[in-house]
Amino acid sequence: MKHLLAPALAIARKDLYAEWKTKQTITTMLIFSGLVIVTFSFAFDPSNQAVSALVPGMIWVITIFAGILGLNRSFTTEKQHDHLHGMMVAPVDPSGIYIGKFLANLVFVLLVQVVSIPLLFLLFDFQVPAYSSILYFLLIIFLGTFGFIAVGTLLAALASHAKSSEMLLPILLFPLVTPVIIAAVQATRLVLTEQEGAAAALSWMQLMGAYDVIFFAAGFLLFEYVLEV
Amino acid sequence: MIETKALTKTIGEKMILRGVNLKVNKGEAVAVLGTNGAGKSTWLKIVAGLLKPSSGEIFLKGQPRKKDDFEQQKVLGYLGHQSFLYDAFSPVENLKFFARLYHISSPDTRINKLIEDVGLAYFKHEPVRSFSRGMIQRLAIARAILHKPEILLLDEPHTGLDQQAVSLFNRLLLDLKAEGVTIIMVTHDFQQISTVCDRAVVLRKGRIAEDELIRGRPVSWIHSLYEGEAATL
Repeated sequence: MKHLLAPALAIARKDLYAEWKTKQTITTMLIFSGLVIVTFSFAFDPSNQAVSALVPGMIWVITIFAGILGLNRSFTTEKQHDHLHGMMVAPVDPSGIYIGKFLANLVFVLLVQVVSIPLLFLLFDFQVPAYSSILYFLLIIFLGTFGFIAVGTLLAALASHAKSSEMLLPILLFPLVTPVIIAAVQATRLVLTEQEGAAAALSWMQLMGAYDVIFFAAGFLLFEYVLEV
Repeated sequence: MIETKALTKTIGEKMILRGVNLKVNKGEAVAVLGTNGAGKSTWLKIVAGLLKPSSGEIFLKGQPRKKDDFEQQKVLGYLGHQSFLYDAFSPVENLKFFARLYHISSPDTRINKLIEDVGLAYFKHEPVRSFSRGMIQRLAIARAILHKPEILLLDEPHTGLDQQAVSLFNRLLLDLKAEGVTIIMVTHDFQQISTVCDRAVVLRKGRIAEDELIRGRPVSWIHSLYEGEAATL
């Protein structure tokens, strides 16, 4: 564990501190999510009740596309001066690098969601049907984002070996994250638009939970081989 | 200390290493020479654990090299073509990050001493992106020896250093050698080889072609050895 968790935390801390200093990734992600929200708020009339049905889908559109911006940078910046080799020559378990990058990416996307989702609700004048569903909503956001980042971190590392990694990542990512995105959108829709939606969303949440466990374990075990490519 | 037996490496259809047998003893300073593409850096990367050999064995302190043996990894210090340093961070921040990776407790004194040793004390809180190539190389050297490795693997370490930095770096290497650190240096700089190294190994087409003790011989002799003309003892 000494060679797994301690380096993982050091890598996550390094990424967050680098972002705190440069503000390159998070700014791009926030600008993108802001543009999506503003564009949609002008395209659709927020006073129309039918427009509320778009909100769950928009939350995940923002998460996916802003997330891809962050994931792309996550490993391309590490290639600049062979930083990954710097980690590999240290007594660090390759899975520790995966966990570290995963944690940093997860924090970036959650931060974008913390800013963009309230803004989305505000501009669309969106009312949550019951306060009890807020807790379920937060859990769905976490489960969906966890799965998306677990797969995204592994594939971003793989794509970073290619010359056109920014093009390759979405191509690799979309087929694999489709199940978790479908589950996340459905669960979010049920919780946000239906009075008794929480119970109905439970099976989707279980699907997301299973997906998260399987793909986090896959990333953890396969990352070593991705580094060797 | 380090031994490779019948080490081969094939990338695609090209055979980079063709059965390299080399033993380096504790405290030795060995120069690995060869033309571009001879396999020097590949051999060094395999020993460092960055590449997997196609076949052959590697022994470190008498034990077979294992990928998940982190104690073995800890005895190695590696300086490659790239610095591994983060542009946005200062020298102190960069070294603190690597200190965490190497589990160095209370690294501040060590970091400050190393920054002083490589002559960057005045710039220790400046971001690395504002540094010259030579300053980055000095800091990269500090990074490689931060955890006090027993074996130092250096890939063309004198690249980009000015004359003052070269003598400072050589003094640092000689001090480490005096402390019993094993040094393996891939280089094309014959002058530095005669200053620092005890032994020269020449790789040609993925095989060891020459393996000679230097014993205070002149630079011209090393050049002849490189060209394959030196008279062996």
